[in-house]
Amino acid sequence: MLKFCLKRLAFLPFVMFGVTFLLFFCLQFLSPEMRASLYIKDPRQLSQLDAVIEKYGLRKPMPVQYFIWLKQVARGDLGYSETAKMPVAEAIAAFFPATFELTVLAFFPILIVGVFFGVLSAVYKDRLLDHVTRFVAITGYSLPSFVLGLVLLMVFYGRLHWFPPGRYTLETDMLVHADSFRHFTGLLTVDCLLNAEGGAFVDAVKHMVLPACTLLYISVALLLRITRSSMLEELSKDYVRTARAKGLPERMIIRKHALANALIPVVTLSSLLFIGLLGGVVITETVFDFPGIGRWGVQAAQQLDVPGVLGSTMLAAFLFVMANLIADMLYAVVDPRIRVGN
Amino acid sequence: MAKLAAAWKLLRRRPMSLLGFALIGFFLSVAILAPVLAPPEAGARDEYIIPQTGYSPDPVRPSKEHRFGTTEQQYDLYYGMVWGTRTAFKVAMKVVGFSVCIGVLLGGAAGFYGGWVDEIIMRLTDVVLAFPDLVLAVVIVAIMGPSLDHVMYAVMAVSWPSYARLMRGDVMSVKERDFVAAARALGASDARILFRHIIPNSIYPVLVVASLSTGSVVITAAALSFLGLGAPVGYADWGQLISLSRNWILGSSGNPFEYWHTVFIPGVTIFLFVLGWNLLGDAVRDILDPRQK
Repeated sequence: MLKFCLKRLAFLPFVMFGVTFLLFFCLQFLSPEMRASLYIKDPRQLSQLDAVIEKYGLRKPMPVQYFIWLKQVARGDLGYSETAKMPVAEAIAAFFPATFELTVLAFFPILIVGVFFGVLSAVYKDRLLDHVTRFVAITGYSLPSFVLGLVLLMVFYGRLHWFPPGRYTLETDMLVHADSFRHFTGLLTVDCLLNAEGGAFVDAVKHMVLPACTLLYISVALLLRITRSSMLEELSKDYVRTARAKGLPERMIIRKHALANALIPVVTLSSLLFIGLLGGVVITETVFDFPGIGRWGVQAAQQLDVPGVLGSTMLAAFLFVMANLIADMLYAVVDPRIRVGN
Repeated sequence: MAKLAAAWKLLRRRPMSLLGFALIGFFLSVAILAPVLAPPEAGARDEYIIPQTGYSPDPVRPSKEHRFGTTEQQYDLYYGMVWGTRTAFKVAMKVVGFSVCIGVLLGGAAGFYGGWVDEIIMRLTDVVLAFPDLVLAVVIVAIMGPSLDHVMYAVMAVSWPSYARLMRGDVMSVKERDFVAAARALGASDARILFRHIIPNSIYPVLVVASLSTGSVVITAAALSFLGLGAPVGYADWGQLISLSRNWILGSSGNPFEYWHTVFIPGVTIFLFVLGWNLLGDAVRDILDPRQK
């Protein structure tokens, strides 16, 4: 098991190398002038464009530029993001906790709702409950997140004034940036609780309800489908028939026997789901003006903020690869047959 | 003919698949009849440019003159929806068609030749698949500059690797079969074996996945348009029309839903289009998937 994990981990630097190389390659399609113009803040500085290009080595061959950049990264310097108005490393530290909080808040409801209704759907196969559940799931799968997001904002913000967009209200903003507020984890909700600021906590949660609901409805379909088909397969197996023949109550069979086995693919999928969420937050964060990695990445791309694009996409790819890795490991943990070398 | 009859029999028992066919059939007829349903103004240079009546920034509610109302800057929403159907089909067909072709060719070559060809192509898919789809697509369009064509290239660039992987696996198993050895013994060339014997026998799973992913391709392309990276303002494209509605979710003080139509009409349209493709994809899978028979 350990060997399997190490083998996969050893692969990670290669993937990250490929990922950054590909990004760098794409960015070469921007002319050196365009990439340099980011450093120009005033039209009067335009005459220095060549000096800027020279200074950052933007005309050098692409592999050379790539290694200059790699050397910088090795020193811990990811560059300065113009869109975030701070160094890339700081921007990641500022935006990532927000995205993480939102993703976690959406993740567990998805897991619970998906597994619960997936099992119900399998147990009541081809009955009304099954049809309704599957229909609701496929509608969620077909609904673009920006459409759902805008409609939710229209109803719950425009009409009812319950859940505003953004990260927090002005009062919480002032409170969080006051000297007396201590930042323990960077996660707003957790920090609010640790500082015993109940009001700010409620405010932070209120701002995450709509984006989390959007993610929930969009992403639950996949999990529900897998749970259902996996559960159906288990329910048709011999050991279930044996359990029934022994006279076990149906509830027992479903909970103790079939579900435990049916959850194997679900466990793996749930980490893939986490990946899907990371992709999904790009649009969701943009619609709800939620200051996370996704919104920053989009802004950086729109404004051709090269260090910002590199930083945010690298982080996304890194999380993506890690989640895939965890999926494979989980698979080996829950299903002994897959363990390599045994 | 017998196959078609069997497919119809399967479909008849599945109301959801029928709904899918009905939805796509409806959109297809709207796309074909676009010049009749929403005739372009005489002398219009490009029928995909939505006619503008005035330049007022406030959207106008549906009326006799504008069946679906107008967006900000007075673009006629009905015209945009009708011609946008053509845009949507164009994007979906082109993107799925081209990415399947690229995936089949590269995946087929990787599986057939193995060795370093396989190694290079598969490592490339690893790298592309290491990004969330939308993230890489946003970067690509941002670099190339906003336009509908660039949106299509970007979505193609992120969607071919999954087809390539699937194709490679199937080709690797098919090429070991006896009929391939027989063709080789008869002196057939590599190209003939690949295109005549191997690809036709291993392409079905790719087609099933392609039909299932058409819906998400439409969503990804619309999302890029929504982010302002797609067609220019005023072009008949659903995602772009939704992005015009972003400033109008609040309505006026007395009537919070005053501008509901700007979000709702394009939103529901995209939803139904994607739903149609997803239901259709399910049906195609059930018809083509041998395990179901």
